[in-house]
Formats: sequence, structure tokens, C-alpha cells
Amino acid sequence: MSKLVLRNVSRSFGNAAAVEDFTLSLQEGEFVSLLGPSGCGKTTTLRMIAGFIAPSTGTIELDGKVISSPASSLPPEQRQMSMIFQSYAIWPNMTVAENVGFGLKIRKVRPDEIRRRVGEILDTVQLGALRERYPAELSGGQQQRVALARAIVVKPAVLLLDEPLSNLDANLREEMRFEIRRLHDEFRITTLYVTHDQAEAMITSDRIVVMSKGRIEQIDAPYAVYGRPRTRFVAGFIGRTNFVEGRLAGDAVQFPGFRVPKSALEAHGALADEVLISVRPQSIQLARQQSLGGAGHCCVPARVALRAYLGEYWDYQVELSGAKQRLRVTARPQEVFEVGEPVWVDVDVAQLVVIGTD
Amino acid sequence: MRGDFAQWWRHRDKSFWVWLLAVAVLLVLVINPLLRLVLASFQQPNGTFTLAYYAAAYGRVRHLDALINSLVLGASAATLCLAFGLPLAWALSRTDMPGKGLVWVSILGTFIIPPYLGAVGWMLLAGPNAGWLNRAFVALAGTDAGPFNIYSMPGLVLVTACYSFPYVFVFAKSALDLLSSEMEDAANILGAGTLRTTLSITLPLVLPAIVAAFILVFLEAIALFGTPALLALPGRFHVVTTQLWQFFEHPPRVGVAAAFAMPLLCITVLLFWVQHRITRRKGYVALTGKGGERRPVRLGRWKWPLLGYCLAVCMLSFFLPMVVICQAAFAKAWGRGFSLDNLTLRNLHFTLFENSLTRNATLHTFLYGGAAAVIALALALCLAYVVHRQLVSRRLGDVLSFVTMAPFVIPGIVLAIGFYAAYTQPPLALYGTAWILILAFATRFLPIAYANSAAAIRSINPELEDAVRILGGTRFTAIRHVVAPLLKRSLAGAFIVVFIPATRELSAAIFLYSTNTQVLSVLLFDKSDEGNFEMLASIGLILVFITVVLILAGFRLMGRDFMLRRTAA
Repeated sequence: MSKLVLRNVSRSFGNAAAVEDFTLSLQEGEFVSLLGPSGCGKTTTLRMIAGFIAPSTGTIELDGKVISSPASSLPPEQRQMSMIFQSYAIWPNMTVAENVGFGLKIRKVRPDEIRRRVGEILDTVQLGALRERYPAELSGGQQQRVALARAIVVKPAVLLLDEPLSNLDANLREEMRFEIRRLHDEFRITTLYVTHDQAEAMITSDRIVVMSKGRIEQIDAPYAVYGRPRTRFVAGFIGRTNFVEGRLAGDAVQFPGFRVPKSALEAHGALADEVLISVRPQSIQLARQQSLGGAGHCCVPARVALRAYLGEYWDYQVELSGAKQRLRVTARPQEVFEVGEPVWVDVDVAQLVVIGTD
Repeated sequence: MRGDFAQWWRHRDKSFWVWLLAVAVLLVLVINPLLRLVLASFQQPNGTFTLAYYAAAYGRVRHLDALINSLVLGASAATLCLAFGLPLAWALSRTDMPGKGLVWVSILGTFIIPPYLGAVGWMLLAGPNAGWLNRAFVALAGTDAGPFNIYSMPGLVLVTACYSFPYVFVFAKSALDLLSSEMEDAANILGAGTLRTTLSITLPLVLPAIVAAFILVFLEAIALFGTPALLALPGRFHVVTTQLWQFFEHPPRVGVAAAFAMPLLCITVLLFWVQHRITRRKGYVALTGKGGERRPVRLGRWKWPLLGYCLAVCMLSFFLPMVVICQAAFAKAWGRGFSLDNLTLRNLHFTLFENSLTRNATLHTFLYGGAAAVIALALALCLAYVVHRQLVSRRLGDVLSFVTMAPFVIPGIVLAIGFYAAYTQPPLALYGTAWILILAFATRFLPIAYANSAAAIRSINPELEDAVRILGGTRFTAIRHVVAPLLKRSLAGAFIVVFIPATRELSAAIFLYSTNTQVLSVLLFDKSDEGNFEMLASIGLILVFITVVLILAGFRLMGRDFMLRRTAA
């Protein structure tokens, strides 16, 4: 049975719709991310699940019981969830141990039991030595760990995280992504994670929900969201990509500069006359000689128009011969081509993704 | 159906009822008295509509003269306040004048003296014949009588201005503090001298603040009761507030008083609205933008005349009155002058310990002021919380904060008439009890409590409370374990900011006290016509002492600017 179910949930503020027709179900122990640009409604969704906001339409169910509906919403304190906030919301008037033990105190756990569990969880997040400190004496990363410990120690039915890493510096952020996933692997708490950072979502999640303008664009595992984007928004938002428009011509699709047999393209349903594909810069190769190509490869002549060296890779822009179409290509540092040099572009047809024209 | 209700009940935020209670209290404190005030002016005891009260109130030239006198007083006092306050604000904010600390302390001292105590001081200074200034003049000039008479319109204007100019000072100084030197540099580089720059750049930039302060002081002056009652009544003229008081002489004519209070209320509301418009206007970047680098203006040889002027103002408002009041409080007979054999502690001892009237009044002052501050603060906190945590819709929130702030524009004397009209008969017959004083004080200073509470609530990130709730705590748990501990300091400060004016309130108390519920301010006014200045001065000193202790506590809690901030004014 699904742990948490959102059925056709919408929420509007005044006339502005923040979330529209949101349907999602989480399995017990699953880690799901809500990913999207700021203002796409992901935090609103999270706060509806937490019970801070009631939905305008639709219902939210926990363990098969309705906890939110437009008519009435169970208050947050009765939902057995916990949440990590963007500001961490560590109470500055309490020590680390008091912060972490607070939820247990509310649940009327015995004091010695509280002490034991707080000690355990603080060791798990490597804060054992700081239990008597006040939050003002902690670094940002340590505060973040306190927030994690405080949320996990109560063994919540659902753990909610609202952009928990956005206030950390880059190195710490990278470290904490893995920390969050590690804690999830250890405790298996059903988790919903809100972020605008695709790397965070990719590293931590079992599934990613991509949102835009209050609507769900795609729900998939991280590799599918990147490798098989369903909409133009998803393809453009997750990583960089090239969009190429083509026309259906008989049993092939004619793109500017190259042709691909219809059967080689994987599409949801029948192809329309106008076909839009997304192709990642990584799935294109540049070469001085025309390769044999072989089955599933297209080889197209082109010319280098722009290039930038970024240390880890080359970022090329090539213009396909006889077409206005430009493609971005990512190449390894040793693959050096001069601007203006004629090259062969080798596209792996299996990597072409047909985007629903919406 | 039952199931639905059970679910609704379970899902209902229990704190809802507290907010409902707070709104109910607001109805009792603000809405009902105002409503009754208006009703009382139109309604005969049997409930029928009448205009007779208005006819009685405005049908006599004497009453109209009081209206005109009030306007004259307001306009002249406000003008004089500008003359006092602006140079001081400029000197302290923008120049390298020496002795700034001394001037600052004197202005704070002026703030501490209740206006009516200042009036008592000036009675000692410039009473005809016996006043110190007159006696000094006679001694120096060898004439028969001194020229000063404080029981006159000029006297009233001077004393009123002495105790209102700190508002102008605070407004102008905070505007000047925001002004960056670069704006003046820009004028200098184009060839304007210091004087020209000050007049054509600095002054216009702070003009909105000055106009706002002028309006505030004007309203202060026309709403003031103590000073005119002490000075105008012996001088045989009336202003609106003293006239209102006369309508309350036995038997009280509430209807007439209510009718006569209307112009005061209307002018006040109108001018506050104008003031609000002026301070909100966006055109003046200097008032909203950040100050850049600031350098004091070099005064050169002009610094001594400026300091002289500043000290002269402080002399009039602070040093002279305080010296003669202290002298009177510690003198066997104040007229015998400054000598050691005239020195005694009897007055203070008598006032504090022997005289049951003054002893009780001191106790009441503390008790009522404290109770009023607690009530105002509790209510203000609830309301600020409801509004700023958006527990109610935005529109309702706006209405709530408007009603809560409304007493700010109601003169104390008008509020008192409203309270009298509302709570002399059942169901809430509070008149004659301490509660009517406590509630009236609480209402008068509710806006101060609200402004402070709202600022405190805004300083707490709502996520701190959300974190409590998602972990299973109710809203009350969050308030008890997180909000309250974090607000402790600022609430203690807010308590003091409300408590101080509540201990010295006169204009509402004078209409609502009874023989068993006298406070120091009322007693001081009551005893003023007995001519026992030694006792008046002692009562005054006790009041000042209370205030100083509270302010020192406030300094420790909130830093030294807490009384002279614009929000407090």
C-alpha cells in the first residue's frame, strides 16, 4: 500500500494558482524529490503535505486516511511527520541536545530513553561532542546536521525537506547530499525532498518529480528524467541539451542536415508531422574523418563555430553544413578542434529523444 | 453529519478560541467606547435622538472661544517646538558642536518630566509676584513687580512647547541621520556654501519629517489636559480640554461633553491621516534610502553660539524647572529660597509614608500602570501574532491592526469620555472601580504595545514555530517553548515603554478616577489649587524617580535609544 498519496491536489492564493492537479503516491521507504525552478509550487506542495496549508481541491492521504481536504486539514502536530526547513529553524534558545530531544519530549518519551536516543542520533550525524552547545556556536553545516538529527530521531511517518542545502556553501552542499542519502539508506524513512538543484535531486532520490508553473511535468527515476525527458521543459531544465526540429517525410524524419528512419526513433504514440527532438551535448561526438557510422549512427558534416575550454571538457558549437542548425557538443579535453575547422558530427540515434510537442 | 463535525473539531486549530477572545476584548476596549461616545452626543437618556447637546455645546461664545484658544495654542506651540527642536536636531546629528552628550541627556530629561510637572515648575518660576524669575527681575531692575505671568496664553504656549519639542527633535534627527553627506557634497562641489547647502538641500530633504512632527506636536498640544488646567484656569481662559472637564463638573453632562469632543476627534483623525500621507510619500529618497558616508559639518567659531542656543532651550525645558522643583520638594517653605536651614526631607517622608492619600496614590500608580501594561501587551501580542502569522485573512488582519492602532489618534480626554459613556451603567458598570482606569490606560497605550509586539513577532522566523508543530507540538507549545523565550527581552522593553506613560497619564484618569482610586497624576492636579507646592513637587519627584528607574532598566534591555526612537514617539 502506498504510504502517502496526493490526489488531484490544487492550491491557489487569490486568483493565482500555485499548484494544479497534483497527483503522486509515495511507497513506504521511498525517497522522492520535487524539482523545479523557484515559484513552481514545490514548497506549497510540501507545506500542504505538512498541514501548514490546506489544499483548495483534492485530498492528501497518509496510510489510507485522509489528512487534508478542502473542508478540513489535520493540524501539522497530529501528522507524525517531521520537516527540515530552509532556515534550519534550529531553536536558538535550546542546546543541541534539547533541540534534538524536543520531539521526543512532546511524545512523552522517558528522560533516560530521550538521552539515549539523542546520543545515538548525534553520533550518527557526527555531532556527539557538541550536544551542550547552543546553535549560535555552530557552523552552518553543523546546524544542518542538528536539523537532520532532530527530524529523524522521532522516526516520523514521512520526512519532508524544504531546500535544506540552499544556505550552505558549495563544498558543504556536495558533502551533505551524500549524507542525506546515507541517512535515508540507514533509516528508510519515506522522504519528500524539495529542491531547485538537479544534482541534489539526482544524488538523493529514487524518483524525481519535475514541476513547472504548478504542474507536474514528469515523474521518473533520475536516469530517465535526464535520459528520457518527456517535455521540452524537463529536457531544458535538467542538464543542457540541443533541441532540433524535424518534419515527417515518408518513413523517415528529415532534420536540418540529416535524416533518421522513423523506426529508429522511440516515441510515445504516433509521430506528428512536426517532430522535436532533444539531444544531449554528451551524446554527440566530433571527428576529423567520416566514421563508418554503422547502424544507429548518423554522420553529418559540420564546421566549428564557437568553442570554450572549461578544463574538465570542451564546449563546442558546431554548425551543420547546409543548415542554420547549431549544436552544442561536449568533448574531452584532448579533442581539440579549431574554430572554422570542418568536422564530422556523429550522433547516436538511440540518444535522440522525441519530445511531446505541447 | 456527526462524523463531519467530529472531524472538523479534530482538525480545528485549538488556538482559534484565544484569537476570538482577543477580538472580543478589542471590542470592549476600542469599538464600544468610541461607539458610545458618538451615540452619547445624539441620544437622550431615554434613547431618543436629539441635537440639544450640540446646541448646548456650541451655543455659547465662551465655548467657541475655547475652541479658538485650542487652535491658537496648538499652532503657536507647534511653531515654537520647531524653533526649539530643529536646531538641536541639526546640531546633534550633523555638526561637530561640543557638549552633545549634555544636550542629549537634557532632552532625555525633558522627556522624563511629565508635562504637568513642568507646568508646576514654571508656576514656581514665573508665577506673578512670587515666581523666581519675577523676584530676580525685581531684584535686578529695582521695579515693583516682575513682567512674567505664566497664567497666560504666552505662558501656556511656552510650557507646552517645552515638553513637546522632543518629538520634533526625534523626528528631525532620525531624518537627518539618514541623510548622506554625499548629497551635501554634491551641492558643495557645484559651488554652494554651507548655509546655502543647508537651506536648499538638507532642509527640503527632511521637510516631510518636519511637517509630520509639526502635526504631531500640534495634536499633542490641543489634546493636552494637565498643563492648560494648571495654567489656563487660574488665568481665566479655557481651551477645549479644560472646557470638556468643566462639562464633567457635577453633575456630569456627558452628552454635551461628547458633542464638544467631536471637533477635537475629527481634527485629530484628519491630521493624523495627513501626516500618514506625508511620511508615506515616496518622492524623498533620503528618508527611505541607506545613508552613505556621513561627516559632521564643521562649525568653526559658530559652534559656541549654537551650543549656547541648545543649552538655553534645555535651560527652559529641563534645568530651570527641575531645579526649582527639587528646591520646593526639599524645602520647609519654597519661598524662603536656597539655603541650608531651609532644607528638609519632611515633604518626601510625609508624601511617601505618612499621608495615606499620597501613599495609596503611589501604590495605585504602580498597580494600575503595571496592570494596564500587562493587559495592553498581552492583547497586543495576541493580535500581532494573529495578524503577522496570518491566522486570519489578510483583510481581517488589516481591520484588526487598524482598530488596534486607532487609540493612537484618539486624545486621552476623548477616550475617557467614551469610557465614561460606555461603562457607567450595566452590564459593565466599571465606573468607580480601578478597572475603568486600568482598561482606559491599557487602551490608550495599546498602539505602543502593538507596534512593539508586531516588531518583535516579525523578528522571529515562522519556521521556528513550524518546526515545533511538525514535531507534534501545538501552537501553544511553540509559543511557550520557542516564541516566549525568544521574546523575553523585547517584551520586557515593550512593557517599560507602555508602563512609563501609564504611570503619568492624566487626561483620561481625571475623568475616570474616584476618591478610592486616585493615582499620583490626579492627586498632583487635585492638590494644585491648595498652593502646597512643596507637596506637589514631592509627588512630582516621586513620579520622575519611578520613570528614571524604569528607563535605566529599559537601557539595559534595549540600548540607549529606546525612548527617543521614532516608533516610541
